[in-house]
Amino acid sequence: MTTVKILIPSGALGLGYDATALARGIAAKPDLIAIDGGSTDSGPSYLGRGVSKYARASTKAEWEGLVLARAEAGCPLVIGTAGTCGSDSMVNWLFEITQEILTEHGLAAKVVTLKSGQPADRVVKALENGEIAPLPAAPEISADIIKACSNIVALAGVEQISACIGTGADIIIAGRTTDTAIIAALPIMRGLNPGPAWHGAKIGECGALCATNPQSGVITVDFDNEGFVITPLADGAHATPHTVSAHMLYENTDPFILYEPGGHLDVTAAQYHALDNRRVRVTGSVWHPSEDYTVKLEGARVTGYQTVSLALVRDARYVKNIEAWCADIIAKHGAKTADRLGLDLADINVELRIIGQNATLGTLENKASALTEVGVLAIVTADDQQTASNVAKLLNPYLLHHPLTTAEEQPTFAFPFSPAEIDRGASYAFALNHVMKLSDPMDAFILTEHT
Amino acid sequence: MTQLSDIADKVRSKNAGPFWVTVDIFCGGEAAFSQISTSLSTERVAALFNAKAETVKRFEIPSLNVIKFSLPRPHIQGSVSDLDMHGAAWGPLLAEIDLN
Repeated sequence: MTTVKILIPSGALGLGYDATALARGIAAKPDLIAIDGGSTDSGPSYLGRGVSKYARASTKAEWEGLVLARAEAGCPLVIGTAGTCGSDSMVNWLFEITQEILTEHGLAAKVVTLKSGQPADRVVKALENGEIAPLPAAPEISADIIKACSNIVALAGVEQISACIGTGADIIIAGRTTDTAIIAALPIMRGLNPGPAWHGAKIGECGALCATNPQSGVITVDFDNEGFVITPLADGAHATPHTVSAHMLYENTDPFILYEPGGHLDVTAAQYHALDNRRVRVTGSVWHPSEDYTVKLEGARVTGYQTVSLALVRDARYVKNIEAWCADIIAKHGAKTADRLGLDLADINVELRIIGQNATLGTLENKASALTEVGVLAIVTADDQQTASNVAKLLNPYLLHHPLTTAEEQPTFAFPFSPAEIDRGASYAFALNHVMKLSDPMDAFILTEHT
Repeated sequence: MTQLSDIADKVRSKNAGPFWVTVDIFCGGEAAFSQISTSLSTERVAALFNAKAETVKRFEIPSLNVIKFSLPRPHIQGSVSDLDMHGAAWGPLLAEIDLN
């Protein structure tokens, strides 16, 4: 019977993993080590700029541990969505880190990179040819919006990762990839049923998040043709039918259906059995191939430049009347901005978020709070940084001294910083929630074998 | 008056990609699941989130005693008007809802 054992050190490179549990995983002789390098969850700025959320030193330290573990295990090591966003720049970044590690340890390894970046012109052409389709809740797109994206990536699936594994690579550094594809690829390549392969990959993609002691990271997923077994490897970590099946809820719109390149997974009929107090076996998941082969696109574009400021209000009368105070400041500041900077107020956005009252939920907040103090977070967004900065500077006299009534002595409010304004640089937005049709899965990806 | 958090084990929320948010209610047992299932309508959840009821997807998973709601984000994650990058606060808001 064909079986495939995949070792997953953690839910993402940069989150840390339990070294003892990793050593146990290596001793169990995995066929492949797979780790995810990112997601969209930290926001559009990382993709927009093509940078990593985690420090280089942290990434290098954790990647070094895996490169060494791989050398010991003698199996391929695969990372998907390198450097948080999976842009081409981040594939290059992790490749450079990998070369440093190999050199420092005197190791040789065959490294393969897979780039997922999409030139805007290619995506525009696909749009014109009717090869782009929106997913639910997708924003409107146009050729101009596509061209405005500083980075567009396509999510690689099992086909592209399998092509990388097929080169005989020791280390595979992939750009944007679905979280599951790096795990599902090898079982599917070896001819195992894709239903359990994709389902086991989805359960395993966050490491030990599908078990108790979720921060311990390391698990193995053992695939066979009928199902898969989840085994957490850290002390005190247990998988139960509940923890495993509940993981289908996590960050998923639909807990039973998962769309992937080339089809979708349906786990409605899946059965979860405890093998013992540590391991769970799952069977009955079904894969439905799609007629067309599509890959999901992600893109981020600059929507403005921001300057922020934070004032702290502790005076009880001002805390009580904070909304009126903020509304008055917005009105007076608007008039001054039009007068002194000659700006059309429609071209800028000035917001005062009241921290302590409704800064998290906005208009959805339904509780009145009895507060000791509030923070007033000013966010100015404009078409360029200089304008945002200038507009924010006009706010300062108000945030510092604005009185509730003209009849009172000039008040002063607290600031945690000097200067009071912080230029935040470009503000990005996700611009695509679409799929692109490909006639060949490799059409949108660049596989390079480094020697 | 009973609020949801009085009988549910946990209510959590998170992004499901940049365009959707999903809220999971872990009821903790069959009795709580049944009570919450009958007393918490999709329409009330939609009203709490200022969303149209037809845009809110509801899933009931008796094997886990879980009720799940997914809805399009009112503002795309990370856009200028977004307040909550990870979709963290929908769960705590729903946890406070009164059960009929």
